[in-house]
Amino acid sequence: MSRKLELIVLAIVLIFAIQFLYMSSTTDAEYGGADGEAEGVINEITGGTYEPIAEPLWEPPSGEIESLLFGLQAAIGAGVIGYFLGYYRAKKNYENELGYGSKNQPEGETPSS
Amino acid sequence: MHVMEGFLPAPWWQIWFAISIPVIAFGIYKMNKLVNEKREILPLLAVAGAFVFVLSSLKLPSVVGSCSHPTGTGVAAIIFGPAISAVLGTIVLLYQALFLAHGGLTTLGANVFSMGIVGPVVAYLVYKAGMKARLNFFVVVFLATAFGDWATYVVTSVELALAFPEGGVLTLTTFLASFAKFGTIFAVTQIPLAIMEGAVSALLFKYVINLKSDILVELKVVEESVVRKLRGITA
Repeated sequence: MSRKLELIVLAIVLIFAIQFLYMSSTTDAEYGGADGEAEGVINEITGGTYEPIAEPLWEPPSGEIESLLFGLQAAIGAGVIGYFLGYYRAKKNYENELGYGSKNQPEGETPSS
Repeated sequence: MHVMEGFLPAPWWQIWFAISIPVIAFGIYKMNKLVNEKREILPLLAVAGAFVFVLSSLKLPSVVGSCSHPTGTGVAAIIFGPAISAVLGTIVLLYQALFLAHGGLTTLGANVFSMGIVGPVVAYLVYKAGMKARLNFFVVVFLATAFGDWATYVVTSVELALAFPEGGVLTLTTFLASFAKFGTIFAVTQIPLAIMEGAVSALLFKYVINLKSDILVELKVVEESVVRKLRGITA
């Protein structure tokens, strides 16, 4: 299987990572959230008079807890993706290469239902 | 990207809810219909939803020195269309609003509109146009998901600029002045992240094409001839 696309994506990620390493070591950018910066602009535009009409029901008590929950979100997603891609892979293997199941003609030529 | 809890005054938060709710309702109807007709798409639906989950949890540093995250809704939009993407986006936005104080319940309508509706619509349209122009499939996926991601943030800037025009009175000039400010934060931060999202989405599509292209053909996402060509290259 050709790995051309993987290499291109890897190159994009690397360029991005190197750029980040360079920028974060040469400037003192804070890398805060863009949402927080928007709050600053809202304060600037309204002259600090805007009061939020609602507060979050619950806030993560610390940055650690917040990253735990973000990590959990990513882990759930990654697990689901891995499970189903693995499921498809094994299914395809059984159907096409080992000849199990009813659909052992080449994939894509299954009659449309 | 999310507009934070409480940061949209009336009547804006109600307006965005009013626009978003019908789309979500239509999306739920469409999703139920699709799942009932074609049970075998369920795993793919889960993968598309999980992809939104993963990408929107990754806060990435951007060139300009602030952090934001990709949306991941472009993949769902290409496979299932914008309405179903709105439902998947809503699930993720609810999780983040309830457990992470990221986004919020009053601003949910606005956030669904930007991330769940406009982003996917743009991704879907770019995808259809690109495939019609017979560009390389992965290039089209890249462009569609990158533009979808970027559009999400442009819309977020529009939503904030409408609610907070410069000087407090909404006219075209004050709107544009505010839009420039919010756009500088969101849209500019997002350009490199949109490129990343496009690249990763193209990669996910490569695996789906390899493993389960018959569903994509059945859902009329790609034509049989395109699959054959791609398999010829990647096999």
